[in-house]
Amino acid sequence: MVKYSAGSLFANALHGHKKWPKQWPDAAPKTSYDVIIVGAGGHGLGAAYYLAKKYGITNVAVIEKGWLGGGNTGRNTTIIRSNYLYDESARIYDHAVDLWDGLSQELNYNVMFSKRGVLMLAHSVHDVQSFQRHIHANRLNGVDNQWLSPEEAKAFCPPLDISPGARYPVMGAALQRRAGTARHDTVAWGYARAAAALGVDIIQNCAVTGIKRGTDGAVRGVETERGFIGANKIGVSAAGNSSVLMQMAGLRFPLESYPLQALVSEPVKPVMPCVVMSNSVHAYISQSDKGELVIGAGTDQYISYSQRGALHILEHTLASICEIFPIFKRMRMLRSWGGVVDVTPDRSPILGKTPVPGLYVNCGWGTGGFKATPGAGNLLAYTIARDEPHPINAPYTLERFKGGRLIDEAAAAAVAH
Amino acid sequence: MLLIKCPYCEEERPEIEFSYAGEAHIVRPTDPSKMDDTAWAEYLFIRDNTRGVHYERWYHIHGCARFFNAVRDTISDKFIMTYKMGLPRPADVEIAKVKE
Repeated sequence: MVKYSAGSLFANALHGHKKWPKQWPDAAPKTSYDVIIVGAGGHGLGAAYYLAKKYGITNVAVIEKGWLGGGNTGRNTTIIRSNYLYDESARIYDHAVDLWDGLSQELNYNVMFSKRGVLMLAHSVHDVQSFQRHIHANRLNGVDNQWLSPEEAKAFCPPLDISPGARYPVMGAALQRRAGTARHDTVAWGYARAAAALGVDIIQNCAVTGIKRGTDGAVRGVETERGFIGANKIGVSAAGNSSVLMQMAGLRFPLESYPLQALVSEPVKPVMPCVVMSNSVHAYISQSDKGELVIGAGTDQYISYSQRGALHILEHTLASICEIFPIFKRMRMLRSWGGVVDVTPDRSPILGKTPVPGLYVNCGWGTGGFKATPGAGNLLAYTIARDEPHPINAPYTLERFKGGRLIDEAAAAAVAH
Repeated sequence: MLLIKCPYCEEERPEIEFSYAGEAHIVRPTDPSKMDDTAWAEYLFIRDNTRGVHYERWYHIHGCARFFNAVRDTISDKFIMTYKMGLPRPADVEIAKVKE
């Protein structure tokens, strides 16, 4: 692996940048591995990287039905934050933000993590009370979050309309300064390159069609489009298709898969200095370094694996954006797309062991998995390597739905994550 | 936006008139206090989440305000059929016939 540096950039400039080596090889599957990760998104590639880097397990394959980073990793609005209400959530999301810090240096790959701040708007008395409760809970958990008056919010984000006559009046805002955005594709690419350099095989265009179990019930490997691949430990990190994979192992999961859409505008000069989220009117927006406004819409109401959603969902979001930011009314939208998100009943992930020996799962991140990428990868790797969960992901079991210890972020965080 | 045929109104109407109401043919237990936690969790939380032919309930809230059942392909989002509440789950052969 070539180390990226000013020196290597200069050396390659001498050849007109035509001699850069491939970032990672396209591996053919071996007959067996110590660990197979199903799903080459940021979470799965991150798990493979941490298995090799931190836990010394390098005989690992990441198997992907499409191309790496082509699922929800490449379809989200790149928002990173950790201002969740409950203790369990604060720990898991803040663990991820800790890892985002310094990730570019660790991977020798610029993931463009920009702590530009996430501003959550309060439009009603209920919003004000709920956000202030979040801020207090966050501060008790050591998570950065602070209350801003409407004027302070306007100073932090000048395009905001805080006039009293606004359709959605701004009564204040919660600001997490440590939160921000990253470039989503580079997260997958950076982990893929770093994992491959440590010996991990990345196998693309190879859908898993079955999970084989032995007479003792434990996993033996996966059936794929390119034949059987053996492994005694399998980690599934397949977002919207998680329940389909779990059914291959004979497990039924508390998951439902919904379409979630996002869209970008034509690129313009820098105008949005931060991320703004408005949960009550369901809009979130930031500006990419390319200049496009990146806007997240809501989920459709029905389950679907189609990776596309309905137009009225986008219209609803854009109507809200135009009310909160009147200056964007004449912007033209360039592209829209959808992903399939796997949602649990309590809107918190399932990350840990399963009732099947040797089968581990990382799923249920719903509409907000991108922010957790490094954390989820590290915790899945830990759980696979030690065959027991890390204290941070210990509460995120499948069994919590049986025992009733839900981590009910749904009511607290509204719909947007 | 989907076009959905309400089996009571007997016409295709736009999706915004309807609200989705989850998986169909899940029978509410008659005596929950007699159930163990596993069965109760199964009833409350576990769903088929089928990739393919899915049985589901819809509610024509801005129309006749009645619940009905539907069979829909969750890969294409195409409705295969809708039918009135209380009718049995259509057999696979019946669905295959409509799909052709």
